Amino acid sequence: MSPDLLKLIFGRLGFESLPLHEPIVVGTFAVVALGGAALLGGLTYFRLWGYLWREWFTTVDHKRIGIMYMILGIVMLLRGFADALMMRGQQMLAFGGSEGYLNAHHYDQVFTAHGVIMIFFVAMPLVTGLMNYVVPLQIGARDVSFPFLNNFSFWMTVGGAVLVMASLFIGEFARTGWLAYPPLSNIGYSPDVGVDYYIWALQVAGVGTTLSGINLICTIVKLRCPGMTMMKMPVFTWTSLCTNVLIVASFPVLTVVLALLSLDRYVGTNFFTNDFGGSPMMYVNLIWIWGHPEVYILVLPAFGIFSEVTSTFSGKRLFGYTSMVYATVVITILSYLVWLHHFFTMGSGASVNSFFGITTMIISIPTGAKMFNWLFTMYRGRIRYELPMMWTIAFMLTFVIGGMTGVLLAVPPADFVLHNSLFLIAHFHNVIIGGVVFGAFAGISYWFPKAFGFKLDPFWGKMSFWFWVTGFYLAFMPLYVLGLMGVTRRLRVFDDPSLQIWFVIAAIGAFLVLLGILSMLMQFAVSFLRREQLKDVTGDPWDARTLEWATSSPPPDYNFAFTPVVHDNDAWWDMKRRGYQRPLTGFKPIHMPSSTGTGIILAGLATAMGFGLIWYIWWLAALSFAGLLVVGIGHTFNYHRDFDIPAEDVIRTEDARTKLLAGAK
Amino acid sequence: MSRLKILALLPLAAALSGCDYVVLAPAGDIAAQQRDLVIISTVLMLLIVVPVMALTVLFAWRYRQSNTEARYEPEWDHSTALELVIWSAPLLIIVCLGALTWMGTHLLDPYRTLGRIHADRAVDQSKAPLEVDVVALDWKWLFIYPDYGIATVNELAAPVDRPINFRITASSVMNSFYIPALAGQIYAMPGMETKLHAVVNHAGSYKGFSANYSGAGFSGMHFNFRGLDDKGFDAWIAQAKSAGGALGRAEYLQLEKPSQNEPVRRWGAVDADLYRLILNMCVETGKMCQSEMMAIDAKGGNGHEGLNNTLPLTYDKYARRGAPLGPEPTFVAGTCTPDAPQGQTTASIKAPIDIAPLTGAGLKRPTFTPLKSSSFFLGLRPKSDS
Repeated sequence: MSPDLLKLIFGRLGFESLPLHEPIVVGTFAVVALGGAALLGGLTYFRLWGYLWREWFTTVDHKRIGIMYMILGIVMLLRGFADALMMRGQQMLAFGGSEGYLNAHHYDQVFTAHGVIMIFFVAMPLVTGLMNYVVPLQIGARDVSFPFLNNFSFWMTVGGAVLVMASLFIGEFARTGWLAYPPLSNIGYSPDVGVDYYIWALQVAGVGTTLSGINLICTIVKLRCPGMTMMKMPVFTWTSLCTNVLIVASFPVLTVVLALLSLDRYVGTNFFTNDFGGSPMMYVNLIWIWGHPEVYILVLPAFGIFSEVTSTFSGKRLFGYTSMVYATVVITILSYLVWLHHFFTMGSGASVNSFFGITTMIISIPTGAKMFNWLFTMYRGRIRYELPMMWTIAFMLTFVIGGMTGVLLAVPPADFVLHNSLFLIAHFHNVIIGGVVFGAFAGISYWFPKAFGFKLDPFWGKMSFWFWVTGFYLAFMPLYVLGLMGVTRRLRVFDDPSLQIWFVIAAIGAFLVLLGILSMLMQFAVSFLRREQLKDVTGDPWDARTLEWATSSPPPDYNFAFTPVVHDNDAWWDMKRRGYQRPLTGFKPIHMPSSTGTGIILAGLATAMGFGLIWYIWWLAALSFAGLLVVGIGHTFNYHRDFDIPAEDVIRTEDARTKLLAGAK
Repeated sequence: MSRLKILALLPLAAALSGCDYVVLAPAGDIAAQQRDLVIISTVLMLLIVVPVMALTVLFAWRYRQSNTEARYEPEWDHSTALELVIWSAPLLIIVCLGALTWMGTHLLDPYRTLGRIHADRAVDQSKAPLEVDVVALDWKWLFIYPDYGIATVNELAAPVDRPINFRITASSVMNSFYIPALAGQIYAMPGMETKLHAVVNHAGSYKGFSANYSGAGFSGMHFNFRGLDDKGFDAWIAQAKSAGGALGRAEYLQLEKPSQNEPVRRWGAVDADLYRLILNMCVETGKMCQSEMMAIDAKGGNGHEGLNNTLPLTYDKYARRGAPLGPEPTFVAGTCTPDAPQGQTTASIKAPIDIAPLTGAGLKRPTFTPLKSSSFFLGLRPKSDS
């Protein structure tokens, strides 16, 4: 075939795009291919495709979508963590003239992918998954406001993850750092596909995130059950509301800044080029106007989880509910006024730097208030040390250290000596692992029995807990030390042999975290095998306080047979105290949304379009875009959007629960 | 048991003793003041962090389920007095820290000329500060000493106790200029200039590097910073002078090309205008300087004649290079003539019209008359000065 024709069909994609010369990638590919083939073969052999398609892929049930988000987050955690291990290994070895085992081309992709994956495809899905699962249950709703949109949002997030994963085996990922600052990320310095993978993965996933934000805001504002005023909402719902407000207000900025970058790269505009009036610093400003709120998008729901957990396991009302809510709202607003602290050292004047430094410090006041509120919730409580509470205590002790170093970095002259150093790396891992990851794990072990009807195995849970916590400290405390020695981030090789010991300690820490992750997978497997012993039929295994525990575990499709009425902010606690009786008769048909495959099809087309644009396969991009329009418009003519669960089915489900509950007593 | 513990601590102690906490023990006054701020802020925050951690452990232990002695008040969820403490204690600390931040940020602003060279010594006004122009290249550092007419790559030296004024820029991508022993970092960015004022108080050899990832050769992008006494510095300058060679525009364009792990290089002479040209991204002959472009823009673009100014810009290094849907070749309706219906395309011009610096005024005027119809598209324009 002529080169022109090949170019027309395959764009810049060719055999040389496959990283056959990178033994590590080839090995990974072999493992992934074998594992994938085994999985697909298994699914086919056990005839699970139909089941998966009907019950999971096309579902609009917020609970199942929430679970799928969590699975996505955990799967991507394995990839992101593999990158972390590779980095720790490289930095541990590359001393005394050794180049380590990764060349610059590979290493620079690894740290970029690690950052992108951990934030966008691990932390975000875990947080979104928990919100998706829990929020409708906590407010006594039957689903989210826009169930189809929810399914679509999830699959768009998956689409983004698929593009990132594809970059591992087809072409390469960006070598720019996780925020892809121009001019480095512009076409002049990154002409290959890496940055395009970055752009389109985030754009596709970003659509999902934004829509899911809109969906959850509407859900919380409009679908609360009778009696649940704003100031009676559970704190997790409050933090979810604030998080989704942040998402809706900040993700469009990310979308726009990436769109401008792609215009620079694709059609030769000059938004962020060095000359022609372009301003790379504008990109840095814009991306951090998204990037800083993003930090709070992740951590606010974690704060909510800790509030729920502390109050439940202390057997006590949350101390200072009102100030907790106001603290959350204040953080939400302030998070927009601090973005410049990510680049004090780019030459802003002293007054500008001081302003942003001080606004940053002010955030620590409501955050500190929250910390005290958890503390005084424990005060005069009866604390049960189940796994979620252990994560919470670990969080409280860890997060204050990260908070302290964060405020330190907010002092501009201090930032001038610590910016971009390993001290900074230690700081943000300290808050993201200590806050978001511990929060997500607390949330997983707290709500797992709600989602599956059996508790998680405590032994492997505790193993995982101790490996993670000690691993975290071993991995990141040395980085604080190295930062004080003036060691900067993203270095691939080192000269000074006296630094090596610290990198060895950090690598040991990372290895312990690996054991923590493996223990967690073990915990899921063991819990599944022992599900009969760990079974919970009451629906309220923790003697908890909020509405999600009022229904069965797992909850029926319709969540609540009758919409509950709320009189207190610890609604379920209040119901239990007043001797609530479950209604046993008078069930009616329940109106529910129908499943649809449109979401997964649209997301598939969007992913294909992204792939086409990345590789300059214009026909594919155009065709998928046209497909998106056709399917999208076509879906508006789908009138089979809802159905009624017949009263008999409701009665059958509820009777079964009545029997179970009677058996439990 | 205790002996075992000590044994276990041995490697840690060994590790600690061999380390150079340069951020905490710097050699320059600015970095020392920044270090002081790091320590004062940490101590201020520990005032609240330590009690919080202690209370966490205390409450976690005291109110454990098995301790039935402890009071249990499941309904207690509010205390105005406590709330006041909770909000005001951090507030007070932040007020102190905020005041400290405001002062420290202004005093240690890298753009501010030095007021002192050491805690107890003022700047000697009789001695001029050392001027150094810093350029971050792919992937090495170029230092130009305009007062001495020399330039070096990957080696920087300064006399002890003499203030140094750095002017910093970059050739291609963003880097950050950082010598931990001397002063905090500041970004080096193409087409932009940042400044740093600092002083070194102790003779010695210190590490300097880029603190912002800049591509494949980033890890090797470090240099030695040498604090020398006056005699040593003069000798160092003389050494560079004797190295011979001249760093002119052509040599710079060679040097600018990406290379990794560059050894130290010295030039005994340097084009006096080189730094300005680098900053304005017009080292290549015939390329319009950014400062000139901005001057023209500030005057409204020089009207119709200004159009000609844009044409040489297509020689620009990286603009419009390889954008798959890029606008090439470009032409402007105003330049269309019956002879050249496509207008005076940028593609048709292979060399600058005039080799002399393109200051706008030095350009040849267009030698054609625009079509009538095109003036319709161009609309009413202000009459140019000519």
